[in-house]
Amino acid sequence: MLILALKSLWARRLTAGLTLASIAISVMLLVGVEKVRVEMKESFARTLSGTDLIVGARTGQINLLLYSVFRLGNPTNNISWNSYQRISQHKGVAWTIPIALGDSHQGFRVLGTNQDYFRHYAYGRNQPLQLAEGRPFNDTFEAVIGAEVAQKLGYRLGDPLIIAHGAGNTSFSLHDDLPFTLVGILAPTGTPVDKTVHVRLDGLEAIHLGWQSGRKTLTLSPEQARAADLTPASITAFMVGMNNKVQVFGLQRAINGYRAEPLSAILPGSALHELWSLLGIAEKAIAFIALFVVVAGLLGMLTTLLAGLSARRRELAILRALGAGPRHLFGLLALEAALLTTLGVLLGLALLYGSLQLLAPLVQAQYGLLLYPGLPEAGEWRLVGLTLLAGMIIGLLPAARAYYYSVNDGMSINQ
Amino acid sequence: MLQIPHFELAAGERLFIKGPSGSGKSTLLGLLAGIQQADSGQLRVLDRDLSRLSGRARDRFRADHLGYIFQQFNLLPFLSVTENITSALIFSRHKRRRLPASASAEAERLLEELQLPPALWSQPVHKLSIGQQQRVAAARALIGRPELVIADEPTSALDDDNRAAFIKLLFRECSRQHSTLVFVSHDAALEPLFSRVVSLSELNEQAIC
Repeated sequence: MLILALKSLWARRLTAGLTLASIAISVMLLVGVEKVRVEMKESFARTLSGTDLIVGARTGQINLLLYSVFRLGNPTNNISWNSYQRISQHKGVAWTIPIALGDSHQGFRVLGTNQDYFRHYAYGRNQPLQLAEGRPFNDTFEAVIGAEVAQKLGYRLGDPLIIAHGAGNTSFSLHDDLPFTLVGILAPTGTPVDKTVHVRLDGLEAIHLGWQSGRKTLTLSPEQARAADLTPASITAFMVGMNNKVQVFGLQRAINGYRAEPLSAILPGSALHELWSLLGIAEKAIAFIALFVVVAGLLGMLTTLLAGLSARRRELAILRALGAGPRHLFGLLALEAALLTTLGVLLGLALLYGSLQLLAPLVQAQYGLLLYPGLPEAGEWRLVGLTLLAGMIIGLLPAARAYYYSVNDGMSINQ
Repeated sequence: MLQIPHFELAAGERLFIKGPSGSGKSTLLGLLAGIQQADSGQLRVLDRDLSRLSGRARDRFRADHLGYIFQQFNLLPFLSVTENITSALIFSRHKRRRLPASASAEAERLLEELQLPPALWSQPVHKLSIGQQQRVAAARALIGRPELVIADEPTSALDDDNRAAFIKLLFRECSRQHSTLVFVSHDAALEPLFSRVVSLSELNEQAIC
């Protein structure tokens, strides 16, 4: 019976092949979307780790998270250096990382910070940042860049770097009187760190000497700049690590009620979760589209089988004469649908994993998304199983039709 | 549709049924093959009361004890000549058990008996002429030595020469296998070849013509 079904399908290999292809492509899309979705969620959650609180000007937690961690959007307000100093000396605080944003280099955000960034910033499962080349900055006019910046711009250690004023991609106001020297390149992290140019806070302060409301009013030499007081008046935000996790909520409450200045302290985990649930709507929409593509593929199979069936009534009558009962013909058609679905799913998985094998390095380099071409995961198996099940259920329809034909037509084939 | 007061056929006989359209021919064949069921009365085929068997048992009965030849386009287009013949064994373990040799050897023996050139045996069926196709259909009906062979106007698509040759071969194989033959046709010229002739329009009290 299986051989009969296979040979019959092979005789109709053009339509069967097209059906197979449409199922394969839809399964490839469905499982591929699932794979990207899971990986995106994971890499998203991996963005920041080890930090207990992020403190910025009074704003929503998503906004603060977006500009401090993802370098997206612009800060509403800065916080004063004094407030930063006072909070960082709180007895429960183990370390802080100051963050100053606002400038850019060739479209990449420039982040002003200090040595603590390299000591305490962590991502993934509490992995610290590592330098692929060079060393952290020691001098006012030294810079350390993320892996993607280095790759896209083709920079080497020792190259000069000119910072542009503002966050735009093409800024006309350049801090070209005070170039920075590249001293370190970070190893890839798959997080926004890869797209960031890091300099010292006093470096940022220095290039803004003599600037008033976005315009340069005087040009300075590095020596003149170094001579000035380079303690910043304000920073954009800072990250806090606590000695004892139990104290996190207490400090958060204290900062949110801070009198001298309106501040917000957020828990990165909860903010990341909220942000993801916002993005989750788009993610669900894409998953739904992929699902409907599979439904369309299976409906295509149904159409092919049903349309083919009326042309195969003679075949059914002959099988009937050979002793096949209606249930045999039901089984034959159900088997055909199951075969088509199974082969389609297998082909789709093969296509997906084949192309992942080729594309995974490219995707990781381009989007920082790590797509393992390894074995499908539980979620993918579930989708594959559901597709198979749906295909088999859909196959019951032409099978029922064949049953009906065989009961009605018997062996008469004089249509 | 069909009402027959009484009719009997002995094993090994060759019956010619004259059946113009409207005489209830397809109903009779459907009943004999166990596809249809009589509303009333008794139908015994090979000493089995088909009217008392379930649909499944009748399918089984047809697979095991019957060979059936259609008018034309008898063969499954996606199987080769030999595969078409052995396809009669798919649904019948009984027929498979009765094979003297392997299925393909038996198919080849029948093809040889029916004088089909060996070059055609592994060809797809559409490469064969209608006459050759009908011989393949006869071989399929004969494999596994069924007790009853039903032929539904098997020669209507053949020319005179082919018709005579086909019937001769069919007779020879039926008597060799001790199969009873029920042959339906509206071609009166074939009547003299058969041991027994009935006219369905006379037999059937409900005939339209």
